[in-house]
Amino acid sequence: MDKGFSPVGLRVLVVDDDPTWLKILEKMLKKCSYEVTTCGLAREALRLLRERKDGYDIVISDVNMPDMDGFKLLEHVGLELDLPVIMMSVDGETKRVMKGVQHGACDYLLKPIRMKELKIIWQHVLRKKLQEVRDIEGCYEGGADWFTRNDEAHLLGGGGEDVSFGRKRKEFDFEKKLLLQDESDPSSSSSKKARVVWSFELHQKFVNAVNQIGCDHSKYVGTLQFLSISLPLSCLLHGSGVLCLAEAGPKKILDLMNVPWLTRENVASHLQKYRLYLSRLEKGKELKCYSGGVKNMDLPPKGSEFSSVHQSPGKNSYAFSGGSSDPKQLASSSVSDPSSDVHMPPKAKKTRVEFDPPISSSCAFDSLLSWSDVPDPLESKPQILYGSSFLQQQPLPSQSPYVANSAPTLMEQEMKPSYETSVNADEFLMPQDKNSTVILQDLDLSAPSAISSINVTNDTESILRSLSWELPESHHSGFIDTDLDFSWLQNEHFLANTGVQNFQLQDYSCSPSLLSELPPHLWFGNEPDEYTLMVDHGLFIS
Amino acid sequence: LMTAKSLASKETVNGRCWFYSDDDDGISVYLNRELHAMNTVVAQLQTQFQDYLVSLYQQGFLDNQFTELRKLQDEGTPDFVAEVVSLFFDDCSKLINSMSRSLERPENVDFKQVDSGVHQLKGSSSSVGARRVKNVCISFKECCDVQNREGCLRCLQQVDYEYKMLKTKLQDLFNLEKQIVQAGGAIPQHFPSYTILRPDIRPCLDA
Repeated sequence: MDKGFSPVGLRVLVVDDDPTWLKILEKMLKKCSYEVTTCGLAREALRLLRERKDGYDIVISDVNMPDMDGFKLLEHVGLELDLPVIMMSVDGETKRVMKGVQHGACDYLLKPIRMKELKIIWQHVLRKKLQEVRDIEGCYEGGADWFTRNDEAHLLGGGGEDVSFGRKRKEFDFEKKLLLQDESDPSSSSSKKARVVWSFELHQKFVNAVNQIGCDHSKYVGTLQFLSISLPLSCLLHGSGVLCLAEAGPKKILDLMNVPWLTRENVASHLQKYRLYLSRLEKGKELKCYSGGVKNMDLPPKGSEFSSVHQSPGKNSYAFSGGSSDPKQLASSSVSDPSSDVHMPPKAKKTRVEFDPPISSSCAFDSLLSWSDVPDPLESKPQILYGSSFLQQQPLPSQSPYVANSAPTLMEQEMKPSYETSVNADEFLMPQDKNSTVILQDLDLSAPSAISSINVTNDTESILRSLSWELPESHHSGFIDTDLDFSWLQNEHFLANTGVQNFQLQDYSCSPSLLSELPPHLWFGNEPDEYTLMVDHGLFIS
Repeated sequence: LMTAKSLASKETVNGRCWFYSDDDDGISVYLNRELHAMNTVVAQLQTQFQDYLVSLYQQGFLDNQFTELRKLQDEGTPDFVAEVVSLFFDDCSKLINSMSRSLERPENVDFKQVDSGVHQLKGSSSSVGARRVKNVCISFKECCDVQNREGCLRCLQQVDYEYKMLKTKLQDLFNLEKQIVQAGGAIPQHFPSYTILRPDIRPCLDA
């Protein structure tokens, strides 16, 4: 995996307000055969980094800068881009160095800096890359059933990880970081405690519990559910969970799960991973498609790095950044429907972790999921869906990572024709009100039939069918609040952007068999401009 | 004076020019003597340069960072050191001016600004190996910490003196370099070590 790794051409961004140092460092780094970009201002540096997200391998920054504290820059870079950052200072005071470490600096150099120190900064880049893969592997070894090999295969780029510089950094920025927090250290063989194996059944219980708690917090649920338009089904299922997660405490979940041998700590740790998984799914939409499965991830440490990610607790009390990530958490357990694989509006989509305020109308979705009107089959979907995904667990590992790509496409395409007022989306969008414009009015809740009208392969169809199911008792009724507020939808510029005409029939050349192996909820759309039914319907609504 | 025949080849070896000729012509001897004279001048200049450089270390004007700077200089960037120190001196001048403004009125001293200026100056001076300037900055910071305006003013004055002194010294050094090159010689690649030249004084460590 480290074949082909070479420090030559390492792309370094140097940030220092001292012109003398900037010149010297540039010269020194060039002598190390690195590709150097210099910058005298932190804001400028951030701009450069954001402009070319994969344009740099490592950042070296001074601690004291006039326009922005070096530690702040460090936070931003770490959170948004997850690049290794080296801090520099004339000041070697212990607490300063400690602050650097706490903020996530991978190294702290004292000025004057020597050539020999710069010659080996590439180790930080390599280390990060190796950790990524190792963590994924470790998670896999960790035994969580809901983690498949596909993630790893995908992570490795379907061809072996190439850690040479210039290649895109991988998607698992968060996971990588957070995985390091994994209490049970999956990558270590000398794990002291007995690991809890989160089997599918156990996880399902967990999810049920979380969702159940989520019902009580519909205010948040609505928002997330609506926002997470582009979520694959699992996310749709769990989306409400994300919000719920904010409110759900491990204790409560534990109680609801009613598993005698499970401890609160087990639940807490699993909860962290679950949150991360959901967030990653959201991020995965923008990046690539995942073949599926859930990763075993941990929440970020409570450190300052993530404090900024949290919006005002009252508002979006879920782990990930206010604006962008949430929309993806399309909640609704009701959206088991594969067709409702809606995509994020571009606005939300382009951000990963952002500190922007979340998409405005927090109550937009409250009404979206007025499940009360939804017949049982819908409500049961999430459960079954999830179930189906696990049922498919076996075949999954052989999945090509690209199935995900084609899957949603296929669905989209299929759905389009009949979906001007599609049932599936409707089911999911089911507003309780009259306000709700759309779709939902003429909902024909016979999902299966609607689906069957589509020309899908048998396998796919069966999946779809399986989606309309017997919803185990749950909770989902609580998910949906009333007051669907489509004004949000309509105001969202993505509507303008997408327009029906933007829906091109996808040329899905994937074989149906591929589709069939992949549970709908694991499909990820990957085209930023692919708008799913949700959007479609939104348009129709307006 | 040199005939075509005698101009067989001219080489610069170790900063000295040598003339090689095939023929036994007396002219080649003559030319070599000329070159030898030149070489002597070059050699003298080179020795002068080296001694001067070493003295700057011995007197504590420069430390090993300056050595590093010289090592960074290469054929591609023959003026690297001169450019860097020039940036440094400009920075000094700017910082000293702004700190001076902050310290001007006794009733309204912005010690935060002064402290920030001192910090920057310290960082800057450490970049070129301006040891004396850096040392003054350490005392300067202490005065800032206790908000001692008088002390700050004294330090400011001292820092001003030191940077200007260093500027003069380095200018002399660069002049020597130029003369050597003009005389056809090469600049000695001598890299004095501060710690060796001043074993009696420990290198200044940052607080």
